[in-house]
Amino acid sequence: MNVEQTLDKIFSREYKIERDGLVISGSGICKGRTVAIIGTVDHAAIGVDSAFRLASAVLKVIQEFPKRPILLMVDTQGQRLTLQDELLANNAYLAHLAKCFELARRMGHRIVSLVYGEAVSGGYFATGMMAERAYALPDAQIRVMALDAMARVTKIPLEKLVELCKTSAIFAPGIPSFVRLGILEDVWQGTLEDCLDRALRLPVVYDNRAQLGRERGGREWAANVAIRIRVSAGLA
Amino acid sequence: MNLAEWRTRESFYEATARRRITGVLDQNSFQEILGPADRITSPHLEELGFPVSFDDGVVIGSGLLNGNNVMIAAQESGFMGGSVGEVHGAKMTGLLQSALATKTTAVLLLLDTGGVRLHEANAGLVAISEIQRAAFRLREAGIPILVLIGGNNGCYGGMGIFARCCDHVIMSEEGRLSLAGPEVIETAGGVEEFDSRDRALVWRTMGGKHRFLLGEADRLVIDDIRAFRAAAIELMQKPEPLTLESMLQEHRRLAERLEAYGDCKDALEIWKRMGIPGSDSIPIMDNEAFHAAIKPYVASKETQEKKCHER
Amino acid sequence: MIEQLKFDFPGHPSPVQPARGNACIGVVNSGNLEVLIESAALGGRCEVDVKTSANGFKSTWAAVLEDFFARNRFADIKISINDYGATPAIVSLRLDQAAAEIMEKEMR
Repeated sequence: MNVEQTLDKIFSREYKIERDGLVISGSGICKGRTVAIIGTVDHAAIGVDSAFRLASAVLKVIQEFPKRPILLMVDTQGQRLTLQDELLANNAYLAHLAKCFELARRMGHRIVSLVYGEAVSGGYFATGMMAERAYALPDAQIRVMALDAMARVTKIPLEKLVELCKTSAIFAPGIPSFVRLGILEDVWQGTLEDCLDRALRLPVVYDNRAQLGRERGGREWAANVAIRIRVSAGLA
Repeated sequence: MNLAEWRTRESFYEATARRRITGVLDQNSFQEILGPADRITSPHLEELGFPVSFDDGVVIGSGLLNGNNVMIAAQESGFMGGSVGEVHGAKMTGLLQSALATKTTAVLLLLDTGGVRLHEANAGLVAISEIQRAAFRLREAGIPILVLIGGNNGCYGGMGIFARCCDHVIMSEEGRLSLAGPEVIETAGGVEEFDSRDRALVWRTMGGKHRFLLGEADRLVIDDIRAFRAAAIELMQKPEPLTLESMLQEHRRLAERLEAYGDCKDALEIWKRMGIPGSDSIPIMDNEAFHAAIKPYVASKETQEKKCHER
Repeated sequence: MIEQLKFDFPGHPSPVQPARGNACIGVVNSGNLEVLIESAALGGRCEVDVKTSANGFKSTWAAVLEDFFARNRFADIKISINDYGATPAIVSLRLDQAAAEIMEKEMR
C-alpha cells in the first residue's frame, strides 16, 4: 500500500497531508483523537533537505499542537549517499531531527512509528526508531543490509549467513528479526484504525526494547549486560 | 608548542582505548567496569567464527576528571573497526544509565567507530538507538556528555548521528565525523561522486578542521592526549540546553547552512564563502596557525547563536 | 573457524608475586592478539587457554609458551588469549608485555 492507501485505512479517510519533496506532514482523526502525521514517501533516500523538513514538521507540531500524538510514517531506502550530504554534515541534520523528537517526547507528545514501505539502516534509525513504540505493516521490508552485500563486506560466505538466519535474528533481514529483537513492538494486522488506537492507549515507555528483546529470546545480552553494569556501579 | 612540549606529546590517535582513558582522566583514578577479566564477549562473533575480545572492544568505567566524578567509555580502534555489536552497545547504554543514578558530573565518550557492527547488524542498529535514548535521558537530568573523536576509524554511521546528540564534540584534525563513509559513497555513486582514496578530499569533507569550521565540533585540539583532557575539563561543567528555544535556534542555524552552502561541491568553496583569507591552505596549516587564521571568521556555535539572536 | 587450545605447565618452584590480580595486553586485529593474564588458584601450576583464528599451529604455540614460562618464574597463573593470526614473535612480545604489566614493571 502507498502512503495514502495506508492513511485511508488508519484514519477512515479523515486526514489531510501536504507533501514537501519526500516528506509528508498533516493530521488525521483516529477514533475522535487528532493525530499528527509526519513521514517520508517513495522509499526516500534521506539527505540534509529531507532531514531538515522532517525536523520542521516536528517543531511545528510542538509549537502549534501541544501534546498531540505523532504518527511517523516510514518509507526509506536509507540515508542519501552523496558528497554534498556529508559535506554539510547529514549526521548533524539527523541528530537535529532526533533532538526534535526527544523534545516532543519531553513535552508530552506520544510518538508511534509505522513502516509501511521500506526501512533501511540509517534512514530507519533516524526516523522510525525514534518512536516510543515502532510498528510495521506485514509486507514492509526492514533491514540493515541485504545478505549478499553483508557477505561481500564481512567476507563471510553467503551460504553461512543464510544458514545462520534460520536460527539467529541478530542480522537476518526482515520483520520477524526486528520483532524478535524488540525493535518492533508489533506488526499491524486487521483494522489499522484499531491498531493505532491500541498503540496510543499503551502506557508511556522510555525504552522497552532491550527488555522486549530478552523476553522474546532475540537479544539475551543487551538487557543483562546493562543490569550488570548498574549493579557494578552500586545500583539496582 | 615549543620543542619540550612536542617531545612529551602523546598521540591520542596511536593510543589504545585504555591508555586514552588513563591519559585523559586524573592519574590512577580510573576504575574499569566489566573489564577483560569478566570476559563479556560477543556470542555472535563466536558463532560466526570470528575472534572475540575480552571487553568486546569497548572499555568503560568511572574516574576523576580534575577532581570531579565522571564516567567514561572508549572504543578500541583496532577491534572490528570499533563497531557496535550487542554487547559493546549494551556496555555503553549501561554506563549511561548508571551515570544517571550516581553523582556524576559528566560522561566522556571516546568514540572511534565505523558504526554498526555488520556481523550483528540488527542488534548493532538498535544498540546505537538505545545508547542514544539513554544519553537523552542523561541530558534531561542536566549531566553533560562530551564526545572525543581523534582515532583511526573516525566516528561514522549511527554513531556519527549519536555524537551530535551529545552536548559537546572535541576533535583533533586527525579525527573524522560524518554519517556515510567514503567507500560507501563511492560504491553508491562511483568514484566521480567520491574518490575514497583521495585522503585530502576525505579530510576536507569529514575531518576535524572542516567540522570545526562548520560549527560541528566545539573544539579542535592537537593530537595529544593532554589537549583532549584540557578541552574536556573546560567543557565538563557546561551542559547544553535541549529546549524549544535551543532547538529553534539550531533549526535556524541549519537552515542558514543549507542556504549559504547548499550548492557547494567541495569544502574549499565553503571556506572561501566564509571569507577566510588563504583558505586554500587550511589543510596544511598547523593547529596554532589554523586557529589564528580563522578566528575572525569562524562559524562557531557561539558566533552563530549571537547572529541568530540579533535577527 | 576458531581453534581452541589448552596448555598446562608446571609452575615455578619459587615464583614471583604479581603486583596485580590481572592484566590485559593487546588488541584483536589482524596479525595481533589479546593476552589476559590472571592470578588463579591452580595448585601451583599454570594454565593457558588459546582461541585462535589460525588453525593447525598447536606445536608452535606449545614452543612459544614453553619458552615464555622458562623465562619467567610464574605459578598459579592463568593466561587466556584471543588470537587473530599473530606471528610467534608478536605472540612472544605480547606475553612479555602482559607479564610486565601484571608485575607492574617497565618493559626493557
